[in-house]
Amino acid sequence: MEEITYLEAIRQALWEEMDQDERVFLLGEDIGAYGGAFKITKGFLEKFGEERVIDTPLAESGFVGAAIGAALMGMRPVVEMQFADFISCAFDQIVNMAAKHHYRLREPVPMVIRAPYGGRLHAGPFHSQCPEAWFVHSPGLKVVAPSTPYDAKGLLKASIRDPNPVIYCEHKYLYRHAKGEVPSGEYVLPLGEAEVKRQGSDITLITYGAMVQQGLEAADQMSAQGIEVELVDLRTLYPLDTETILASVKKTGKTLIVHEAPQVCGIGAEIAAVIAQEAFRHLDAPVMRLTAPHTPVPFSSPLEDFYLPNAAKIASKLKDLASY
Amino acid sequence: MAIEVVMPQMGQSVAEGTVLQWFKQEGERIEKDEALLTINTDKIDVEIPSPGAGILSRIRVRAGETVPVGTSLATIEGPEPDRPPAGTTPSALTPETVRSPEKTARWLSPAVLELAERQGLTPAEVHKIRGTGQGGRVTKQDILAYLAARGAGTAPSGDEDVVPFTPMRRAIAEHMVRSKQTAAHATAILEVDMTTIVEFREREKAAFAERWGSPLTFLPFIIQATVRALTKHPWLNAWVEHDRIVLKREINIGIAVALPEGLIVPVLKAAEGLTLAEIARQADDLARRAREKRLTPMEVQGGTFTVNNLGVSGILLATPILVQPQAGILGIGAVTKRPIVVDDHVAIRSLAYLCLSFDHRVIDGAMAGQFLQEMKARLEGFNPTQQ
Repeated sequence: MEEITYLEAIRQALWEEMDQDERVFLLGEDIGAYGGAFKITKGFLEKFGEERVIDTPLAESGFVGAAIGAALMGMRPVVEMQFADFISCAFDQIVNMAAKHHYRLREPVPMVIRAPYGGRLHAGPFHSQCPEAWFVHSPGLKVVAPSTPYDAKGLLKASIRDPNPVIYCEHKYLYRHAKGEVPSGEYVLPLGEAEVKRQGSDITLITYGAMVQQGLEAADQMSAQGIEVELVDLRTLYPLDTETILASVKKTGKTLIVHEAPQVCGIGAEIAAVIAQEAFRHLDAPVMRLTAPHTPVPFSSPLEDFYLPNAAKIASKLKDLASY
Repeated sequence: MAIEVVMPQMGQSVAEGTVLQWFKQEGERIEKDEALLTINTDKIDVEIPSPGAGILSRIRVRAGETVPVGTSLATIEGPEPDRPPAGTTPSALTPETVRSPEKTARWLSPAVLELAERQGLTPAEVHKIRGTGQGGRVTKQDILAYLAARGAGTAPSGDEDVVPFTPMRRAIAEHMVRSKQTAAHATAILEVDMTTIVEFREREKAAFAERWGSPLTFLPFIIQATVRALTKHPWLNAWVEHDRIVLKREINIGIAVALPEGLIVPVLKAAEGLTLAEIARQADDLARRAREKRLTPMEVQGGTFTVNNLGVSGILLATPILVQPQAGILGIGAVTKRPIVVDDHVAIRSLAYLCLSFDHRVIDGAMAGQFLQEMKARLEGFNPTQQ
């Protein structure tokens, strides 16, 4: 096992899939000659050539549409949104074309849109957003959001091989801040399965993406105070692994859902509703959420720190729940 | 933030209180610990201080009204605004739910209720557990700790066996405790001379069994005398409902039947119209089917008075516990031959004790005595030709 970054894990997954399946190709802004805004596709143009590593104009709707067409022709396109924030330009192509095509015409649309999302890089309201809930809300799409290099690699490979359009949310902060061991050989992780990243008996903490690290740190702080937190990393946001969620909630009776996206109609709202419906008799406290507030992501660093959930805020919320 | 003022629990046995006077009107400002109202519970007047500072926004229970403990009496609106102004976000860090949960420590979460039910804990048992949650709430962890401690405390060691409650045993346990906590139990005992009935029974029992297919025990004699005595003293065929006494017109006699796993009380319905033979056959049928576990739920409900034949176990005297909500239960001791003074001579007679437990809330000892005297007259004056 070697220890690599989250970024390197994504790079390896793309490289390996392109290497072994010539239907897989890349489209995106500055991904070729420049190697991508985050240098994930550095060296890809040289290795796979300009037919498989396509630099596109700044026209998300156009190149997502092109990818959909390629997928329908039997290719396996992987689109890089330079920033997830730009995905709204391609919204119609994604939710009306890619998501609904199989329903209408029974033709699969095997494509992946990589969406570098999330804050903490002081990049302001157009380069820090978390748009995942829009796509979870749209039937016909799968939505993935890994938190570790191991998951990032295994889930990206699964996404590329999946016959459905997959929105692959990769957290920009984790690119160089998350390191972890990844097997040297081939492996693929199943979509739609959450993972209990930490066992605990007192409170269930449900989260994903960059908040997993923060949640684990908060859980360690709580453990020092004798409160054992069980952390469920969703990994896939749709289809949602309600089985793992409910099993943990039924064990602890107390739930905190954390995400970096805004609260209103977010993933947390859906999870809370599922818990209320399916595990009501197991609840020993109100289901709680800790999220970003209902505002754009602020540009100012202190304001962004205030805006984002973090380990300290999670620990404080866990304390509230523990004493409830 | 809104603060609720609730009727306080002023002692374990106090279930309600009366608001005597409010010191503040709606809309008036009040400081924390300032006198807010006086209440009367258990014949004592108590001044209640305000639990917080703010505006007394609403009085729910007016002076003179009586309400159960825990009832919300008034709301005080605290100084900070309840909601953020429109357009701002309710902070995810301080939701109302965690800061001000149900105020009373008696509130039980779904998880606590579920766990308690699964582990067979009674609500009374759960409320006795010391809560470590917000406002003294009993948490799921508290229940688990309680169960673990109880498990540890009662784990089988070399010199004891631990037997979990069967549902029946638990039902009996709960009913008996509830009855003792509900009614004002008192027991009156009278001795009755059963010689005439003993002689009649000896003479008739073979023929009776042959004719009716069921044995002739002392029980039908007792039930018949009981029914007649109840007709004359309806206050023993009665119970307390809320703040009233209800006298039941129909007489339905519960018959206590001992089974290996516990006591069950099938009910002989509309007993006042039955002959001795009918009582004997129906009582025998109920008892037999109780032993065979073939009673329907309807047949163990609706009793208005209960009879318990203690003599089956050789018991002379007992102080039975009432079957709730009934106001009377009669235990009949074993019929035994004993020396007794009759007309200034010592005679050997068949005697038994009638033990009447009654709800002192409904009747007093004098009426219990009259009822027992009526029973005694009926039993001692038993006339076979009138059956």
